Amino acid sequence: MTASLAWSYTKKVGFYLLVAVIIVVSVFPFYYAILTSFKSGTDLFRITYWPTSFSWANYTAVMTQGSFPRNLLNSVFVATVTVLLALFLAITASFALSRVRFRGRSLLLMTILAVSMFPQIAVLAGLFEVIRALGIYNTPWALIFSYTIFTLPFTVWVLTTFMRDLPIEIEEAAIVDGATPWVIITRVFMPLMWPALVTTGLLAFIGAWNEFLFALTFTSSNQTRTVPVAIALLSGGTQYEIPWGNIMAASVIVTVPLVVLVLIFQRKIVSGLTAGGVKG
Amino acid sequence: MTTDTMTPAIPVTRGSARSELMKQRVLAARWFLVPMLIALGVVAGWPLLRSIWFSFTDASLNNLYGAEFIGIGNYLRWTTLESGRTIYRGLLVDSAWWNAVWNTVRFAAISVGLETVFGMIVALVLNAEFRGRGFVRAAILIPWAIPTIVSARMWGWMLNDQFGIINDMMLRLGLISQKIAWTASADTAMTAVIVVDVWKTTPFMALLVLAGLQMIPRDIYEAADIDGVSKWKQFWRITLPLVRPALMVAIIFRILDAMRIFDLIYVLTPNSSSTKTMSVLARENLFDFDNFAYGSAQSTLLFLIIAGMTVLYIWLGRVNFEGGER
Repeated sequence: MTASLAWSYTKKVGFYLLVAVIIVVSVFPFYYAILTSFKSGTDLFRITYWPTSFSWANYTAVMTQGSFPRNLLNSVFVATVTVLLALFLAITASFALSRVRFRGRSLLLMTILAVSMFPQIAVLAGLFEVIRALGIYNTPWALIFSYTIFTLPFTVWVLTTFMRDLPIEIEEAAIVDGATPWVIITRVFMPLMWPALVTTGLLAFIGAWNEFLFALTFTSSNQTRTVPVAIALLSGGTQYEIPWGNIMAASVIVTVPLVVLVLIFQRKIVSGLTAGGVKG
Repeated sequence: MTTDTMTPAIPVTRGSARSELMKQRVLAARWFLVPMLIALGVVAGWPLLRSIWFSFTDASLNNLYGAEFIGIGNYLRWTTLESGRTIYRGLLVDSAWWNAVWNTVRFAAISVGLETVFGMIVALVLNAEFRGRGFVRAAILIPWAIPTIVSARMWGWMLNDQFGIINDMMLRLGLISQKIAWTASADTAMTAVIVVDVWKTTPFMALLVLAGLQMIPRDIYEAADIDGVSKWKQFWRITLPLVRPALMVAIIFRILDAMRIFDLIYVLTPNSSSTKTMSVLARENLFDFDNFAYGSAQSTLLFLIIAGMTVLYIWLGRVNFEGGER
């Protein structure tokens, strides 16, 4: 009897040990970035596991020297406009894809899914030509234009899975009342879709906020860069002197809003992430 | 992933008023799809075709419009010397390219393999009922929420040879005898990249697998418990077969994503030939070395590889799903 009790006790301890490992591994790198960002001078190069000193120096340096505040504004602008554009185009398209039966619908959905799996490098040369031809190279519009390639298929796909779960009775009642498809979308579905729109928009926003390859290729000056590129290219006076303190401060600045948003909307985000994959 | 399960729209019944309505709806649907299709055509379809076209030309960065068609020369061309020896050149015999292909495949296989195992473990933990489960789920979302560039920089600092905390930890634990230049040394660079990628993307895998686990009815396990089936056997005989469709989808997503990796490697291990992947090499040729046409050929080959894998997976996936249902 005591042996089986000891065994169940061991199992419980083992389980909670596993839980502890998962939490520490997940959180530690971000914790360490925050810890580093508050160190300055020679403290930076003294390895500590707990906060020992506290200084805002890295944050003031990042926010006052260089173009980082401008890069932040660029990122906010680009990601917001990209998401609004994608949602606008996706709402009507996903209504058509989820509520109307027409020939070639499955093929169209498969194509949209395939585009979202696209290696971005495969279109880089052609996109570069289009962007130069449109005269938007090195402007935020180049990024808004190119980000549509991954935000639009994603929003269409997720909104389609959300919309096809809406009960058919609501739509039938609207049709009986003589509503056109446009009225059904804007007056009947939109009020019901708000949670889905927020989730999808947030996920697309994160995607646009984090994008690197297009931002690196289609902008060329400090003033037009977005934060991922700015952080990747942040360098010190010489090639060998990497300003780790500033990099960590900048990293914390761009990550904290995302982490807060994700933790607030975590249930919705999980359902949004799995909507495309599992339920379909 | 089949679309046949979709809710059929308003069912067609007798009466011309109904069919008139259907016609009107299909017409409206066409117009609703047009803006999206035009947008996708402009940002995806046309650029893809142009990229493929460039790969058959002699285009350079400053002379895109004067590019002339040169056939398959970027992929393979040969000259026969007077001595009768034939010299082959081009992408298909370029050792730098095949090194990048090998790096990409190696990276994708190892990191997705590890993510699948760890993702499964995390999902099983989150599927159990215990106090603080919400807290663990919040914690694993943090790596997922952190931008890739930021995680590359964070880990770059942690893996720093002189001042990195990883070396410090391993020295204290006695795992290594001297400090290792994780990201700079050719032997360990790939390990560093894989560690960061696994850390960053295991949460995605875990969440997709968890969604699959939660759809398994609990009474199956109760019945197995009554029959005295061990937990270990329950996992292999019940959990794994039932979660396989969800797991397959997650693995496909991750493999396709890993095959096109660019940002993590570009920032964590710049200019290291032991981690240079197809995307990194193609971009380097396109924009840094001014081999625009050659870079286009590389990106076209990468596209073909990924497209081929997608087709293969859809085909294999269908076979598997049908087998599971029978």
